[in-house]
Amino acid sequence: MDMNSLSPTMPTSPLSMINQVKFEDEPDLKDLFITVDDPESHVTTIETFITYRVATQTSRGEFDSSEFEVRRRYQDFLWLKGKLEEAHPTLIIPPLPEKFVVKGMVERFSDDFIETRRRALNKFLNRIADHPTLTFSEDFKVFLTAQAGELSSHKKQGPGLLSRMGQTVRAVALSMRGVRSRPEEFTEMNDFIETFSQKINLIDKISQRIYKEEREYFDEMKEYGPIHALWSESEEDLADTLGGVASCLDRCCQATERRLCGLSEALLPVVHEYVLYSEMLMGVMRRRDHIQAELESKAEALTYKKADTDLLTEEVGKLEDKVECANTALRADWERWKQNMRNDIKSAFADTAERNIHYYEQCLATWESFLTAQSDLYAKEPPDDKP
Amino acid sequence: MEEAAPALERLLQPAPLEPLGHPDAGLEAAVGEEAEGAQDEEGPGDRTMTENFWVKKIEISVSEAEKRTGRNAMNMQEYTAYLVETRSVEHNDGPSVLTDSLWRRYSEFELLRNYLLVYYPHIVVPPLPEKRAEFIWHKLSADNMDPDFVERRRIGLENFLLRVASHPILCRDRIFYLFLTQEGNWKEIVNETGFQLKADSRLKALNATFRVKNPDKRFTELKHYSDELQSVISHLLRVRARVADRLYGVYKVHGNYGRVFSEWSAIEKEMGDGLQSAGHHMDVYASSIDDILEDEEHYADQLKEYLFYAEALRAVCRKHELMQYDLEMAAQDLASKKQQCEELSTGTVRTFSLKGMTTKLFGQETPEQREARIKVLEEQISEGEQQLKSKNLEGREFVKNAWADIERFKEQKNRDLKEALISYAVMQISMCKKGIQVWTNAKECFSKM
Repeated sequence: MDMNSLSPTMPTSPLSMINQVKFEDEPDLKDLFITVDDPESHVTTIETFITYRVATQTSRGEFDSSEFEVRRRYQDFLWLKGKLEEAHPTLIIPPLPEKFVVKGMVERFSDDFIETRRRALNKFLNRIADHPTLTFSEDFKVFLTAQAGELSSHKKQGPGLLSRMGQTVRAVALSMRGVRSRPEEFTEMNDFIETFSQKINLIDKISQRIYKEEREYFDEMKEYGPIHALWSESEEDLADTLGGVASCLDRCCQATERRLCGLSEALLPVVHEYVLYSEMLMGVMRRRDHIQAELESKAEALTYKKADTDLLTEEVGKLEDKVECANTALRADWERWKQNMRNDIKSAFADTAERNIHYYEQCLATWESFLTAQSDLYAKEPPDDKP
Repeated sequence: MEEAAPALERLLQPAPLEPLGHPDAGLEAAVGEEAEGAQDEEGPGDRTMTENFWVKKIEISVSEAEKRTGRNAMNMQEYTAYLVETRSVEHNDGPSVLTDSLWRRYSEFELLRNYLLVYYPHIVVPPLPEKRAEFIWHKLSADNMDPDFVERRRIGLENFLLRVASHPILCRDRIFYLFLTQEGNWKEIVNETGFQLKADSRLKALNATFRVKNPDKRFTELKHYSDELQSVISHLLRVRARVADRLYGVYKVHGNYGRVFSEWSAIEKEMGDGLQSAGHHMDVYASSIDDILEDEEHYADQLKEYLFYAEALRAVCRKHELMQYDLEMAAQDLASKKQQCEELSTGTVRTFSLKGMTTKLFGQETPEQREARIKVLEEQISEGEQQLKSKNLEGREFVKNAWADIERFKEQKNRDLKEALISYAVMQISMCKKGIQVWTNAKECFSKM
C-alpha cells in the first residue's frame, strides 16, 4: 500500500489494450493492463512444466514501476486463486482453467491445450484486474510483479500448513452441521445457481458437439471440391461448369474453416468459463453458509453456557459483523456477476450468429456468381431443346 | 394372340437400324400431328396400332407404388408393384386421355431392359434405377421397402421409360409397346423372342476384350472414358453422402440449444425472452436440414443415372470388340485355309500341319485325294470370303450406327449434367438464404437479451 510518487504516462502497447478492452464494460477507468502469452516448456530432472509470460502495464501509484514482466506457471495461478478465496470468501473469484483434461486422450502439452489454457489464464487475470475489490489485493500485486525468488518467499508467509489444516477440520465439522436459517435471498440465489449450472453445462456440451460436427464436415468438404476438378479433366463441354462448382466448393470450405475458428475463439471459451464459474459460485455459497453456521454455532453455545458470557457475547458480535459483511459483499458481487454474465453470454451468442450470417453470405455470393457466369455462357449459345 | 404368325415374326424383330440423320422414326416428327381415325382401343395384334401409337404425342408416368405379397418358388415375398400409365394427347395443348394403365414389378423392367440390350447392341440403352440403395448416409435406410426409397425408385423407373420413349430408335420397339399396353402374358412374349439365347456370353466378351488386335480407336477411348466417368461419379457420390451426414449432424445438434435455452429462460428475468425466442430459431434451423437434404437426394439420383449409363456405354464397346474379334478370327481362319489350299496345290509345305505329318509317316496321299481336299477347301474359302464380307459390312454398320447414338448420348449427357450441376448451385443458394434468415433472427433475439 505504499504510495509511490512515480506517475508516468501510460506507455501501454496497443496489442495489450486490444486484449483488455473487450472484457469489461468499464474501459475508461482501466489503469491496469495484463497479458499472458509466450508459453515455454521447462524440463528439469523431476518434472516438465510450462511457464507463461505475464506482462503488466499500469499507471497506478502503488506499483513501483509502470511495466512488469514475469514468468508464472499454473501452480502460481492456483496459489493466487487460493489466497484470494481466503481473503474474500464470499466474493466471486474468477475461475481458473481445469488442472487436467478429463476427457479424451488430449496430451497435457498439446498446442491446442496450451493455447486454450493460455487464453483462460489471460482472462482470469484480467477479470481480477477489473474487479473493484480484488484488483487491490496485495497477493495479486505480488503475483504480477515479483520475480521468481520473491514469489516463493512471499508464498511461505501467512498461516502455516498446520493451522490451515486446522481450519479445514473445523470447516468440515461445521458443514456437517449445516446452516439453520439461511435468508430467503440466498436460498433463491442457490436455486438459481443450481439451475444455471445445469443449463450452462448442457450448453457447453452442445457447443463442443457442434464444433466437432463442423470440424468433421470441414474435413469431408476438403475432398468434395477436388473431385469435381478431377472430373472436369475428363470432360470437354462440362469442364467449365465442373470447374466452377469445384471452386465454389473450395471457397465454401474455406469459409467453413473461418466459421470454425470463430466458434473456438468467441463461443466455446466463454461458455466454458461460465461452466467453471458455476462451480465457483457453489463454493461461494458454501463459504457464506459456513460463516453463518459459525455464527449460529457460537450463538447456540451462548444460550447454553453460563460462564464467560461476556466473552462469548463479544465473539458472537464479531461473528454477526462477519456474516453481515460477507452477505453484503456477496450481494453486491452477485449483481455485478449477473450483469457481466448477461453481457458475456449475449455477446458470445450474438457474435456467433453474426459469424454464421457472414459464413452463409460468403457461400451465397460464391454460388450466385457461379450461376451468373453460367447464364452468361448460356446467353452466348443458342439453347438446345430437350427431346 | 390372335394375329397371323408371319406378321408376328416380323413385328418381334428389332426395328431396322436407322442410318444417320433420320430422326423421323421417333416422336419428334410425330409431335403435334393429328391422327385421324386412330382408335384408342388396344389390339395386341394390330400392326397399324403400333405405328399410330407413336403418331400421337404420349405421356408416360409411373404414378404409384404399391406393396404386394406374392408367391415365388419358395415362399411368400413382399414386393412393390408400380402403376404405369400412358396418356395420349390429341392436339398439342389438348387434354390427355388415359389410354393404358397396368402394374409392373421391378423385375419386369429389368426384363425389358435386358431384351433391349440384346436387340440393340449399338444403342446406349438407358439404365434402370438402382436395385438396392447405395451411397446412403445414416439417415436414409438401406431398406428396399422404405417409402422414401420406393418413391425415388418410382421416379427413376418413370425416367427410364421416358428415356426409352424419347429415343428415336428404341421407342419403336414392339416389346416396349407391349410393356406399356399389355399386362398379362407380356413376360411370355418377351421370353418367346428367345433373346436370352441371342445374348453374347460374358466369357466370350471377356475373351474378345483381351484378344482383339485392331479395335476402333474411338471405342477404346470411349471405354477408357466410361471407366473414368464411373470412377469419378462413384467417388463423388460417396463423398457427397459423407458431407450430407456431417451437415445433418451440425444442423440437428443446434436443435438441442432450443430446449436448453427454453429451460434456462425460466430462471432469467431480463434474458428470458431473448433466450426463449432464440431457442425457437435454433429449432427452425435444425429442422430446415431435412428438406435441404431431400432435395439433394434427387440431385444424387441424377448423377447416379449417369453412373449407370457408364455401364451401358461399356456394353456398346464390348459389343464392338466382340464383333471385331469375330471378324479377325474369321479373317485369320480364311487366311490359313487359303494357305493350306495353296500348299496342297503347289505341293510345298510351308506350315506344319497334322495332315502333313501323317502324310510323311504313313505315305503320300493319292492325287485324287488331294484334289478332293483342295475342292473342299476351295468351297470353304469361297464361303469364308462371303462371310468375311458380310461380317465386315456388319461391323462397319455397327460402328457407324453405334457412333451416331454415342454422339446423341454425349449431347444428352452434357445437357443433363450441366442442368443438374446448376440445380445443385440453386439448392446451395436456397440453403444459404435460409441460413442467413434464421441466424439474422437469432442474432436479433440474442441482442435483446
